[in-house]
Amino acid sequence: MSSGASYPEDRLYHCEHDWALIDGEVATFGITWFAQDALGEVVFFDPPEVGSSVTANEFYAEVESVKAVSDVIAPLSGEIVEVNTALADTPETINEDPYGAGWMVKVKLSDPGEQDALLDCENYVSSLS
Amino acid sequence: MPTPTLKRTPLFDSHRDAGAKLVPFAGWEMPVQYADGIRAEHVAVRTAAGIFDVSHMGEVETSGPDAEALLQRVLTNDISKLAIGGAQYALLCNEAGGVLDDLFTYRIAPDRFLTVTNASNHDADVAWMRDQAAGLDVEIHDGRESYAMLAVQGPRAREIVQAVSDSPLPDRMQAGRRIIRGASALVCGTGYTGEDGVELLVDPEDASALWDDIVRRGAVPCGLAARDTLRLEACFHLYGNDLSIERGPIEAGLGWACSEDTGFVGADAVRAVRAAGPREKLVPFTISGPGIAREGNPVIGGGEVTSGTLSPSLGIGIGMAYVPAQRANVGERFEIDVRGKTRAAVVASKPLYSHDEQTDG
Repeated sequence: MSSGASYPEDRLYHCEHDWALIDGEVATFGITWFAQDALGEVVFFDPPEVGSSVTANEFYAEVESVKAVSDVIAPLSGEIVEVNTALADTPETINEDPYGAGWMVKVKLSDPGEQDALLDCENYVSSLS
Repeated sequence: MPTPTLKRTPLFDSHRDAGAKLVPFAGWEMPVQYADGIRAEHVAVRTAAGIFDVSHMGEVETSGPDAEALLQRVLTNDISKLAIGGAQYALLCNEAGGVLDDLFTYRIAPDRFLTVTNASNHDADVAWMRDQAAGLDVEIHDGRESYAMLAVQGPRAREIVQAVSDSPLPDRMQAGRRIIRGASALVCGTGYTGEDGVELLVDPEDASALWDDIVRRGAVPCGLAARDTLRLEACFHLYGNDLSIERGPIEAGLGWACSEDTGFVGADAVRAVRAAGPREKLVPFTISGPGIAREGNPVIGGGEVTSGTLSPSLGIGIGMAYVPAQRANVGERFEIDVRGKTRAAVVASKPLYSHDEQTDG
């Protein structure tokens, strides 16, 4: 388990505890420290397929802890161009490094304007309290 | 709707101080896990010792000349075979043979018994026993407020508890009074983890100091989540999941805990199912590939998963499911619809994990 709560300022947040790190027309998605802490030890990540499309505010993957399964919500819409296949063998990376090696998918954005609906770090953190 | 007030065990402050995540469970605010997580707790019980607060479970004390007659009437097992200082597992059934609860009963004295109930069924169990006691000379005491209950489980559990006991601990499936840290406790050689260990029924006022001492002596505090993964590896039933009023003991594989000749409530229904053979059977299973089946997932071709998790000991998805009886043989392959994805599973033998059989684990 990662030790303390952290929320990097370099990315945008969805209120369902997901993050998007935008680099041009491609964004990387993952879940926040809060989400992995609430889940507990992640034991299984079921990724979507490369080439499939994701829609903002809808789920695109499942993440399971020992206790329960949770949907992972897409913060933005687009087409999956890469999935983090390393998570198949080491899903606990999602707990250990949720903003780095625990990333889930990379998405070619279909509507970059959607990011206006996301929260910046400060607003996301205040939404948690 | 107002939020119902959750009950707290005498150990609530200890749990909070230890960094537990506390969740509502059957009307109680209970620790689901502590700071180091479910896996660490699970491994502690498999390799050393863990301690669980199970004070949410209820106790019913029955005494008097007809105490045995009452228990023979309501419990499926043959209470006349329970010796003083012994423990016996049984079910409580309705007339139709549906399961109302599963419980352990201890014979304290020739005409005095203590029965441990599931938290969610306790009030209904007490009411049921009072109804069934009509015409019998028996006193039924709701003992829930009288006891805190701690389970110390794992290969080191007995050694840890022995060190604070005035005399040797009862053997497995035995129970007796001991002086533990200067206070009287009912020590039971029972548990719900598949490991050796004891369950301690103590005065609520003694619970906190006892908990702290056992933790100090090396038992790891464990929450309800690890209790669930441990019991599922051991293939112990969980009421509300694997047992319910909708299904009977034979379907659940608990025919060994039923003695129909005693004429218990529901005996005729149970006898009929045993004779004809159940339509469905509860089987333990493992998932053959990736994925984890969960409670409520349909079995393709009929049946459903009633418990499912990732086995921390085996590293694969495990569970229990009701399947058509003709497909319940060990080794039989079947498929489970896990949220729209088909997962391959195979009927396994009990238990799913055994301390003694683990050679490469």
